[in-house]
Amino acid sequence: MDHTPPPFFKRGPAPLVRLFFFASLSLALLVIDARFRYVDGLRTWLALAAYPLQRAATWPIDLALSVGGYFSTQTNLIEENERLRAQALANVQDAQRYQALQAETAELRRMIGAAEKLPVQATLAEVLYLGRDPYAHKLFIDRGSVQDVRAGSPVSDDTGVIGQVTRVHPLLSEVTLLTNPDQAIPVQVVRNGLRAVAFGGGASGMLELRYMPANAEVQNGDRLVTSGIDGTYPAGLPVASVVRVERDAEHSFARVVCKPAAGIERGRYVLILTNEAARPPRPDETQAKERRGEKTRRAKTKEKAASDDSR
Amino acid sequence: MIPGSSQILLPVRMSTIIGSFALALFLDFLPWRDLRLVPDFVALVLAFWCVRQPRLVGLGVGWTLGLLTDAGNGVLLGQHALAYSLLAFLSVWMSRRILWFGPMLQSLHIALILLATQAAVLLVRLAAGDQFPGWPIVVGPLGGALLWPVVTWLLLLPQRRPEREQTI
Repeated sequence: MDHTPPPFFKRGPAPLVRLFFFASLSLALLVIDARFRYVDGLRTWLALAAYPLQRAATWPIDLALSVGGYFSTQTNLIEENERLRAQALANVQDAQRYQALQAETAELRRMIGAAEKLPVQATLAEVLYLGRDPYAHKLFIDRGSVQDVRAGSPVSDDTGVIGQVTRVHPLLSEVTLLTNPDQAIPVQVVRNGLRAVAFGGGASGMLELRYMPANAEVQNGDRLVTSGIDGTYPAGLPVASVVRVERDAEHSFARVVCKPAAGIERGRYVLILTNEAARPPRPDETQAKERRGEKTRRAKTKEKAASDDSR
Repeated sequence: MIPGSSQILLPVRMSTIIGSFALALFLDFLPWRDLRLVPDFVALVLAFWCVRQPRLVGLGVGWTLGLLTDAGNGVLLGQHALAYSLLAFLSVWMSRRILWFGPMLQSLHIALILLATQAAVLLVRLAAGDQFPGWPIVVGPLGGALLWPVVTWLLLLPQRRPEREQTI
């Protein structure tokens, strides 16, 4: 039996038709977003619309923290003051030594004619919240393209690298954490200068060195710092320390698990580092192609010459 | 007459619906520690309005909310839009059936709907090449279903008549 509703009960298309329509719309969006990057403009506008709510959502925590700070006792403050003063003194000594060393390094570099290292600039940013996505390990900070943040800049806190800016909105940016399985960072073992690449370990909150030969000289407690050979991360930032090395005769690679040095999911303030100037310019693509064409031409003429010779 | 709703409710106001969605988005954006264990408040409120007001709130609203959630969380654009469209469809489709049951059985229905929504997101993420985030991921939807009676009570408050008026 087929019932068609009288026209005064008209409610638009049937729910199933609507589901089909919206599902195909979503799938199209998904494919466009995952494969191509055409919808970034739309995403920026939507993020701007959600921004007031996001700011409002972090407000209760800020309030609780400030109220808690107001009631912290005087003895605590005095103790903290003393500790900070002692630390500042130690820092000053370190800084003086650092300046002397920097001058010396610059001098040496000039002597051997190497490029002078450009100083890394740092911008302070506040962590808004952790991304609400259990699949990806992300962090949102309150600096965006308005404050001249660029995608790709490394982000660190006071103890080490925490990740990299991967998407910039007008007022906030997304930081992909080192623990994200898709995130990789080139590192170096401090003890012996061995280079490796650390990958995120996902939900475990650890990092993993992949493709390390089974006899690689890595041991528990080794400190890893950025090697700086990728041109993205400045060299020498603490990244992680090795906590477990598994050598299995069945596998040709050793499994090295490391614990991140920075408080990746704890800190409130982070530094966005920019060393754009230190990066060498990308080779021009058309130029590269031309050169390749030239090479093949040259190879052909050479072949021709060779065949002429043999004749 | 539907059992369980012994009193006649006032017609719903648009401001209530919009306000409840804003509050749900706000709760979703709170900095939670482990997001797998926290129920998705937007999904819950959307399911509520789809069940109660299927002619006002439906797939279009769900899709838009999903897009907003996606952009706000910086995830693949469209995954929540797809999931919330599915959720809205299931809720609208089962709305007449669900309202006949008591609070506990309603929660069971909602648990199934929320699990289906979570499964849609999971499938999209697995297809996009992400890892399975572990079984705690089903805790959120189940917790959401447990919250259903509370949500029903809270969101129907503005529609209740004062006691005095009822007796007249």
